Amino acid sequence: MTTTANVGRFMGQSVARREDPRFLTGRGRYIEDLRVHGVLNAAFLRSDIARGRITHLDVSAARELPGVHAVYTAADLNDRVKETWWNMAGPDATYPPKFALAEHDVRYVGDPIAIVVAESRYIAEDALELIEIDVEADEPLLDPVANAASTEALVHPELGTNVPQAIPAAPDPELDQIFADAAHVVTETFGEHRYIQVPMETRGIIADYDQVSEQLVIHTATQSGHEVRAFFARLLGLSENKVRVIVPDVGGGFGLKVMSMRDEWSVVLAAMKLGRPVRWIEDRRENLIAGAHARDERMTISCAVDADGVIKAMKVDHLENVGAYPYAASASSGGMVGMFVSNAYKIAKVAYSNTVAYTNTCGRAPYRGPFLMETVGPEQMIEVIARKLGLDPIEIRRRNVIAAADQPYALPSMLPVADVTLAETLEQAAQIIDYEGFRREQEAARAQGRILGVGTSLCMEPSAIAFGALATEAVTLRMEASGTINCVLSSSSTGMSVETTVLQLIAEQIGCDIDQITFLQGDTSLTPYGAGTQGSRSAVLYGNAVHAAAVELRAKLVAIAAHLLEASEDDLEVGDGKVSVKGVPDQALTLGQLGATAYINSDALPPGMMPGLEVSSRYKSAPFTFSNACHICTCEIDPVTGEVQILRYVVSEDCGRMINPKIVEGQVYGGVVQGIGGVLYEHMPYDEAGNPLAGTFMDYLLPTAAEVPDIEIGHIESAAANPLGVKGMGEGGAVASPAAVFNAVADALAPLGIEVRDTPLGPSQVVELLRAAGH
Amino acid sequence: MSDTAMPDPAVVTMTVNGESCSAAVEPRKTLADFLREDCSLTGTHLGCEHGVCGACTVLLDGRAVRSCLMFAVQAAGHEVTTVEGLSPSGGGLSTVQQAFQDEHGLQCGFCTPGFVVSVTALLADNPNPDDDEIRDALSGNLCRCTGYQGIIRAVRSAAETGHAQRSGPSQQQVSAS
Repeated sequence: MTTTANVGRFMGQSVARREDPRFLTGRGRYIEDLRVHGVLNAAFLRSDIARGRITHLDVSAARELPGVHAVYTAADLNDRVKETWWNMAGPDATYPPKFALAEHDVRYVGDPIAIVVAESRYIAEDALELIEIDVEADEPLLDPVANAASTEALVHPELGTNVPQAIPAAPDPELDQIFADAAHVVTETFGEHRYIQVPMETRGIIADYDQVSEQLVIHTATQSGHEVRAFFARLLGLSENKVRVIVPDVGGGFGLKVMSMRDEWSVVLAAMKLGRPVRWIEDRRENLIAGAHARDERMTISCAVDADGVIKAMKVDHLENVGAYPYAASASSGGMVGMFVSNAYKIAKVAYSNTVAYTNTCGRAPYRGPFLMETVGPEQMIEVIARKLGLDPIEIRRRNVIAAADQPYALPSMLPVADVTLAETLEQAAQIIDYEGFRREQEAARAQGRILGVGTSLCMEPSAIAFGALATEAVTLRMEASGTINCVLSSSSTGMSVETTVLQLIAEQIGCDIDQITFLQGDTSLTPYGAGTQGSRSAVLYGNAVHAAAVELRAKLVAIAAHLLEASEDDLEVGDGKVSVKGVPDQALTLGQLGATAYINSDALPPGMMPGLEVSSRYKSAPFTFSNACHICTCEIDPVTGEVQILRYVVSEDCGRMINPKIVEGQVYGGVVQGIGGVLYEHMPYDEAGNPLAGTFMDYLLPTAAEVPDIEIGHIESAAANPLGVKGMGEGGAVASPAAVFNAVADALAPLGIEVRDTPLGPSQVVELLRAAGH
Repeated sequence: MSDTAMPDPAVVTMTVNGESCSAAVEPRKTLADFLREDCSLTGTHLGCEHGVCGACTVLLDGRAVRSCLMFAVQAAGHEVTTVEGLSPSGGGLSTVQQAFQDEHGLQCGFCTPGFVVSVTALLADNPNPDDDEIRDALSGNLCRCTGYQGIIRAVRSAAETGHAQRSGPSQQQVSAS
């Protein structure tokens, strides 16, 4: 294994972001900022009934409105739909619907029924008011448990089932015996409510089809340009080279923007049919109620525990509500959760079962750490066990954690775990927050009637997901005759600083400044295939691809320099924009001189060397690269208002070698606040008629600067087994934080005789818990 | 003629980033859309269009307002400053913008123009805000990426830089990085 130095001239440095100046000055170019000649604007008629039959639909008055170019319904567009599957999910994925607009019935509030295409969004929305529609409402199917058991009342009648995916528990007599012999069996059910991605930029797409060249250009805010291209080529039955996807700056994705959904299909179909470019920018209400939702799952866990608090075996039953149209197959996390639900602990036997159910609600998409129940479940459970056994929650973790001496460790799913520092991050976080000191403070406060709590969450993140369509990423590095460098990467960054971090890796090897490098991503006609920015993959996949290409380019530069300087390659060093003889700085060639040689004076190259300075590299990663973290937070609860205030929030994390510590910390901060928001503030509830109740930011409460604590971070850097030694960490903050916050609230309320089981834990829920316990 | 037809467009003129900007617009056109479509200033972003997220914040006669909640006709005759108008004319970043970069106060950048404008207005009113005042002033702007950590630090840093510049010899208002 080769590794770079821990900190180099660029590697390990908090280099200022290349992306920032354009964003700070209003020069970012997001989807809504693009100008396409002749573009028209789309708006959708969406169902305001959760389940029902369309009995009357008349768009003629809307079509007559001046400024309206088209109003299309299912009858106009659906027969143009060919295939609807994704590289990531495969052609046999569960129920990708074969239709864009709702045809005979509606299946959730927000279901797209008609698309209006007009001169302006203003006129398009005027036209929506002129569409006549009657829907005969049926009883909505909102309960995933009831739906899973029913073959009569169906969300999708054509499927004959409400269960797109299930993993039955395998019989395991050995596990049953462990439970029979256990000193303690502890069982609890946790509910995680529906909270959602909410990037600050909503979804958006512009479809521009040239009927003469038969070229479709799609500009879209996506995390995965190549997935979008492959999908739309199949949807339309076009050869893939006839589709070009261009990704502008993207204002956050968090999982929502990997795959296009039925409304986006409709935009493309409308543009093709109409022969005009069509633009759709999702508005915030659409984004909240009809974009995609997330979480909304229940997990029942039983643990067989010995007298010392060591967990010997675990049974897990997991239920996921995926709404009506989850994107890309079932959107279930069961496959991942089942593999990793023992989380950070040496639990020898695990039985996992999973049921996924459709409901008449907005479909589910991944949200940063979509598999987080593998952490949320066991982390909440271990503190329940600690309370039952009278053990301290940190101490019980020490007794169960996968320690350095245990590695490599085979999980019950047989996956090998190595290079994680779970025990070390546990101790570092406990030390930073002064855990013992807080316990004393808590006891004193309790004596005064104040309600304080501390919660811990250990997280082993299966980062850098890399199998199937996600297994590889690629880059082309080209040094020009001038000595400047072009980096063309397969990424579609949506805010995760990919540009800056990969430029650091190039500059580290080539010895140039990062302003000598230009960066291009997000145009399928120019960039190599890639799966996009998701699954905490960027550092490991893009990073190692770029590193390998930069090492190869550097080697070629050194070979040319050695030939021209008549020196041995071993005597040369690279840096400060030149290749020079060690100790003889005036015996040097600048990158510009080497570039000119490679292209313009190629006869001077070493015999047999291919002219030019271009390197392409595709990196294939191990399926998972484990990173880990420990979060500990303290809170105080107002006994009157039920408000939970986070007092301190500490993260100790190990993402391997850090390319840019400031960017690492930014990812941790953002993930943590999404978890805090998820537990304490954010909630997408439905009423009994299937109406989503949080259609504005007055109802769907994102945390603001006034709510968030200062987040304190400690780093442990243990190298992963890849050339850069990096691990993924984009999701870990959001994966670990919900259980830390939940556990802090549970710890605070436990002395009052309250067991917390469900989220959210907003003021009303906390007051209800207090009241139910007689406080 | 449909009963939903709007009144005829009226010519609206305002000063945007120091330059006069005129266009014939419908009375219902928002100031945000006027700035983005008629002035080609797309730095003002629309994150919710109902006045909560703050991404569309601009200065109207020096005061921070939500341009999604105003009609363009309401701003007629007034002075509007957008994020594009805050950086030094010769290039580079303003003190506030530079502080956001230095403190990693942005990731995807979509909410950033609104924050930059809000913070610029805050520091003009209150050059030395304490932490509670900073958090309070920022609570009208939503960010989904940063957890606000770098943003809060950026405000502290910009306030310190502004203080140093005021007490220093140069009296410079912006730092050309």
